[in-house]
Amino acid sequence: MNYYAMKAIYKFEMARFWRTLLQSIAAPVISTSLYFIVFGSAIGSRMTAIDNVSYGAFIVPGLIMLAILGESISNASFGIYMPKWSGTIYEILSAPISPFEIVIGYVGAAASKSIILALIILGTARAFVDFSIMHPVWMLAFLVLTSITFSLFGFIIGIWADGFEKLQIVPTMIVTPLTFLGGSFYSINMLPSVWQKITLFNPVVYLVSCFRWSFYGVSDVSVGLSLTMTCLFLLVCLGAVWIIFRTGYKIKS
Amino acid sequence: MSHENIISVSGLNKTYASGFQALKHVDLEIRRGEIFALLGPNGAGKTTLINIICGIVNASAGRVLADGHDIAKEYRVARASIGLVPQELTNDAFESVWNTVNFSRGLFGKAPNPSYLEKVLKDLALWDKKDNKIMTLSGGMKRRVLIAKALSHEPKILFLDEPTAGVDVDLRRDMWVMVRHLRENGVTIILTTHYIEEAEEMADRIGIISKGEIILVEDKVALMQKLGKKQLILVLQRPLEALPPALASFELELSGAGTKLVYTFDAKADPSAIARLLKALTDLSLDLKDLQTTESSLEDIFVGLLKGGAKNSAKGGSR
Repeated sequence: MNYYAMKAIYKFEMARFWRTLLQSIAAPVISTSLYFIVFGSAIGSRMTAIDNVSYGAFIVPGLIMLAILGESISNASFGIYMPKWSGTIYEILSAPISPFEIVIGYVGAAASKSIILALIILGTARAFVDFSIMHPVWMLAFLVLTSITFSLFGFIIGIWADGFEKLQIVPTMIVTPLTFLGGSFYSINMLPSVWQKITLFNPVVYLVSCFRWSFYGVSDVSVGLSLTMTCLFLLVCLGAVWIIFRTGYKIKS
Repeated sequence: MSHENIISVSGLNKTYASGFQALKHVDLEIRRGEIFALLGPNGAGKTTLINIICGIVNASAGRVLADGHDIAKEYRVARASIGLVPQELTNDAFESVWNTVNFSRGLFGKAPNPSYLEKVLKDLALWDKKDNKIMTLSGGMKRRVLIAKALSHEPKILFLDEPTAGVDVDLRRDMWVMVRHLRENGVTIILTTHYIEEAEEMADRIGIISKGEIILVEDKVALMQKLGKKQLILVLQRPLEALPPALASFELELSGAGTKLVYTFDAKADPSAIARLLKALTDLSLDLKDLQTTESSLEDIFVGLLKGGAKNSAKGGSR
């Protein structure tokens, strides 16, 4: 294993995170705070409790999930797309480093950023609503698993993208709608039965559901199923990355 | 691969997805410790060849050994021995010089060594810029940063792909000095350049690639002797209508409306030829107004080779 290389990529990516604090932390924290003000305090005060959890507290896991999905994809896709765009990818490709180590460096950094951000948002949420975490270890485990999985997904998008527009298409046009429709702001049990069945095809439902379970012990779908679906998505992403490096897709001619 | 060869390329082919065949069965050996100049027109395959050796482009067929290691099967050891300065000025604009060279060293699996990197930056006159962001540097400085990055992991082989493109004359000469210094320290240098005088000035051996094929590899001095021409131009006081029979044994050409005699010769093969010619002219009472000598440059040879003709003759003694 080339530990120095993994560390170099990780440090390089994290340095960009600390260099752009306004973009990396302030922007998502502000937008999440706005969600809490609008949905948690203003509208939430008029909403009834869901599964005995106040609406303000109910949306906390969903909002954190909304932030980390977007940030994981954005950080990882940007991290690998920029060297491709600027041409500095030559150095990564010519270095004595395996594809696995490259992924560890980039995805590890993107996931770390998301986890840091999630913990900051969690602290911010505490300033707006009162909530407790029933299974903190599971909460952290889900957080890490989701961050890694979606950072891998972002890495794939970064490899696939050949322009800044494509870099934004998947997060904006697919992931954000899926997150909004994935039970971030409501329980899927509140939907008509047909829509409940359709919603189960949305992978974000499983992420939000098991994450919310770690907070309040209630979930829309079983925790085991949620965990299985998340792990399945992780495996699909790993498989895609393996194929990318095996074939050199969009990185090696 | 013999011990004196640090890079061995055999049967290398590259066909891109578009169908363009960039390399056609390339065989090439680079000797340990030499400065090798790879010359060729745009699109000849120079960068493709370098990129395959460095691991940036996949070969369609063939084998490459770097320092005795297969670049595909033993890529870790092979790549660790290679440094590359790419043609384009590709840098992380927002990074500092110091951070970017440390990044490169780490990427190639080397433990941090601040004193070595300090020496590299000082040798390249970059030490006082170490905390500057790369985006604030001049083009020449950015080029030096690329060289510093390539040297950061102490490579045995250094590829310089058009290293002096777009840099001023002073910096170009500084780089020549630096390259020679690296060679003295045991680094093998492979250089591509459009500046023929650069190859003439620095290289030990010259390789010429055209349309994906290596058409010649030759020791520079031998090449200049073998394919270079020396000419003596004699300007006469009075024009001649034809060459006098007494001069028929010399390779002379009458030009300039009969006022110039152009003598093409090989001084090493026949050291007394010029003296004999001048004596013959004196015997014929042909008075001279002026005389000058010219010698083929590497550029003349390069152009001549690319125009064809020399391919077969040159290939014989090469590689």
